[in-house]
Amino acid sequence: MAAVPTPDSPVAERWYRRHAGLVRITHWINVVCFSLLLMSGLQIFNAHPALYVGDRSDFDHPTMSIRAQQSERGIVGETVILGHSFDTTGMLGASSEDGQISRRAFPSWITIPSYQDLATGRRWHFFFAWLLVLNGLIYLAWGLASRHFGRDLLPGGVELSHIGRKIREHLRLRFPRGAPAKRYNVLQQLAYLLVIFVLFPLMILTGLTMSPGIDSAVPQLLTLFGGRQTARLIHFVAASGLVLFVIVHLVMVLVSGVWNNLRSMVTGWYDLGNPRTTDVR
Amino acid sequence: MSGDRLHRRGLLKALAAVGGFAVSGCDRLASEPRFRSVVDAANSLTYKVQRLLIGADRLAPEYSEADISAAFRANGSTDPQDKEYLDLAGNHFADWRLKVDGLVEHELSLSLEELRAWPARTQITRHDCVEGWSCIGKWTGVPLSEILSRAGVRPEARFVVFHCADTLDDGGEFGVDPERIRYYESIDLIDAAHPQTILAYEMNGKLLTVPYGAPLRLRLERQLGYKMAKYIMRIELVQSFADLHGGRGGYWEDRGYEWYAGI
Repeated sequence: MAAVPTPDSPVAERWYRRHAGLVRITHWINVVCFSLLLMSGLQIFNAHPALYVGDRSDFDHPTMSIRAQQSERGIVGETVILGHSFDTTGMLGASSEDGQISRRAFPSWITIPSYQDLATGRRWHFFFAWLLVLNGLIYLAWGLASRHFGRDLLPGGVELSHIGRKIREHLRLRFPRGAPAKRYNVLQQLAYLLVIFVLFPLMILTGLTMSPGIDSAVPQLLTLFGGRQTARLIHFVAASGLVLFVIVHLVMVLVSGVWNNLRSMVTGWYDLGNPRTTDVR
Repeated sequence: MSGDRLHRRGLLKALAAVGGFAVSGCDRLASEPRFRSVVDAANSLTYKVQRLLIGADRLAPEYSEADISAAFRANGSTDPQDKEYLDLAGNHFADWRLKVDGLVEHELSLSLEELRAWPARTQITRHDCVEGWSCIGKWTGVPLSEILSRAGVRPEARFVVFHCADTLDDGGEFGVDPERIRYYESIDLIDAAHPQTILAYEMNGKLLTVPYGAPLRLRLERQLGYKMAKYIMRIELVQSFADLHGGRGGYWEDRGYEWYAGI
């Protein structure tokens, strides 16, 4: 690829080294950590599938709960959010496990282990939590030192003013090629900033707030989040936000040139397309 | 374009296959001993870092009377059917004695009456279950440090083991329990010396009732509920857990849970 490109040769314009090595490595480690944290987290959630606000659990009035009930048509799964009940049989509350309908909040295909095992779920969760935090710290340190955040992620005033146009372009699945594709667009920038500086820190801090040991060292966390059970609720909501991000992220990867995107996140090299036709596809 | 779509469909299929393999692989990995020991390393790291961070005497948050849970959930054993226990309970624990032995200078045998005459501590604290829920209760009891200082801990002792009266009937689910083992737990000497580590005989201003561990239970406020042994019969000072059932220091620990439950 781009062996000895001269500044004005078309080849130099075609291949662009889009992602630094450290971004690529930390990205894929994060993929592994987040997937396993999510699945082991749902295993942990399944041990008590109800969320509350405050310091203590008011078992009769959870903010959200997933449960199973016996009805004339067998076991039904029910999800209750703020007093509103939804039938979620097959997915939440009751789902098939080894070909049999069983009572479990999240289905077996999305938990680690697939069967009910809180102890193993916790072990995996804390192992990958450590890995995620160390990986994240390396990324943060590098991002600050290399000015990656300021240069690539912080939107400028001009970019912010184009936000409406960018949303319309995204909805019509139109993505820039050529030189404009070298930079993250403003929607990417905002999404990545939200994930890196809001959702992941929220996950880590609310996770720590659930630790009785940490609560004695840093009781301010309880004040910050409004109690251990609220922290647990926020942990769940922020995780849902991350799942939503991943879904949108994957859809965008798929529709904006899947091989080009994958190649650039593995090797770093992104194909800007033929420089003579730098149109918006 | 159609080639692109084929590529995409192929990719999705591949991803689904990898996903399916990953899930079944995770189950297999989870039971693989070498992988388990790698994953377990994270727990020793948590233990060391939390010990560094917290300091020996940092108190767990205490709450006000208004915060006390109206319905405190009782978990684990809530109504032991062990004959020895039923006999003691039938007589309001008048014949119950707390034995303190193992690596101590003086073995002790203490009645509830004696314990209640000793200096007591009352605390309103949050109880966090490993399952995820929390309840708040008021506990009164003797600081464990008081008992240990009267017994005199020998220098080679490293852990305090609690032997309980209840057989937690798990229906053999964990396959370790053919002879119906009674509950047991252990803590280190740092936690044993902590001011909030008490052996409680009162809950919410009343004598401890059976579901909550009568006549005496441990309160260990910087760790999870399963560490807080109920129905305590005997306290033993030991150097290691090697001879204690599965060797991991507690009933649930021998069934896969972490010995350090500060997280």
